[in-house]
Amino acid sequence: MEFWRVPFDSEEIQISTGVVYVMEDRCKGCGYCIEFCPRHVLEFSTRFNAKGYHPPAVRKPDECVNCHFCEIICPEFAIYSIEAPIDQPLPVPKEREAA
Amino acid sequence: MNQPNKQLRHPLDDLLRTDRIPHIWCPGCGIGTAFSACLTAMKKSGIDLEKTVMISGIGCSGRGAGYVNLDSYHTTHGRAIPFATGMKLANPELNVVVFSGDGDLFAIGGNHFIHAARRNVDLTVVCVNNFNYGMTGGQVAATTPFMARTTTTPAGNPDAPFNLPLLAYASGASYIARWTILHARDLMESIQEAILNRGFSFVEVLSPCPVNYGRRNKEKAMDSMRIYQERTLIRNDARPWELDIDFDKGVILGKFIETERPTCTDRYDTVCRPKELLEEMKGSKP
Repeated sequence: MEFWRVPFDSEEIQISTGVVYVMEDRCKGCGYCIEFCPRHVLEFSTRFNAKGYHPPAVRKPDECVNCHFCEIICPEFAIYSIEAPIDQPLPVPKEREAA
Repeated sequence: MNQPNKQLRHPLDDLLRTDRIPHIWCPGCGIGTAFSACLTAMKKSGIDLEKTVMISGIGCSGRGAGYVNLDSYHTTHGRAIPFATGMKLANPELNVVVFSGDGDLFAIGGNHFIHAARRNVDLTVVCVNNFNYGMTGGQVAATTPFMARTTTTPAGNPDAPFNLPLLAYASGASYIARWTILHARDLMESIQEAILNRGFSFVEVLSPCPVNYGRRNKEKAMDSMRIYQERTLIRNDARPWELDIDFDKGVILGKFIETERPTCTDRYDTVCRPKELLEEMKGSKP
């Protein structure tokens, strides 16, 4: 992520990650989730759903930070994200480790 | 990503009549987003959903009542607020949410709106404003901006639109906010506050109508969203008379009014059902 000024605690912050689920047959291809995703995780897929629209596909699954914006902007109740389980423990800051 | 839909469950599926989804709203229509914000707000506000009713009038947004898996009423044209008032008076415990469109609430139902606001009936009114009569083919409405093209104003609308927050303010509403569907999270928080606010609460939601309004004004759904992003301004302290809709000048969004005054039921109880009278009536019974 690009910062204009790097926060002091950026090393300690655990960025949450999400998994995006698309209910493809509900999608009507408006593209709001693709356009307004802050991390540009999604893109139009080339395949068609049952109604003949191109549903979104996950292009960069690792970039998702589980902000739920796709979920709340979708007019069709067709996309949502769930927080991915965190497998690595929080990194211990160096000062505290020494003390 | 190729799992069958049966395994997937949207977080709002418990509040939706999923057998009716996908809904009838066009691709790019913002009513779905406003509806989703309304459902999330109902869920997050912590109100008892068993005692919550959603009421809609006629129009595209009027379909909302048919998709929510709660007690809901799809009423006659323009009469969502009278039905809601009746329901609130008959059972003051209910949380009544009116979800309807600008044509229903402010053209045919305009009088009902101002009188419910004047009496301060404890309702939450969510008005989806798509600037035209979308369902009937995109005719000019009471909220169509000046010079906008519709099927009935091919040369541009010569009239000024309603300033809905000012109308609500002048009539006496106790909570007034305006957002667009792009500001989905603010919108959800605002509807949540409106539900919890005692008294007549009004939230206006600007929403694209790509098929009828957008097509005649050279605006695709994404163009409308870009306009909402670039030509709007969030000012919570704005005065209601500054809130007219003119996208060339910039449209002001925000939470404008949050006050409390005695509601319709409070006043009715103090005037027509004072304690002494009730006790007297109890005592006179054999």
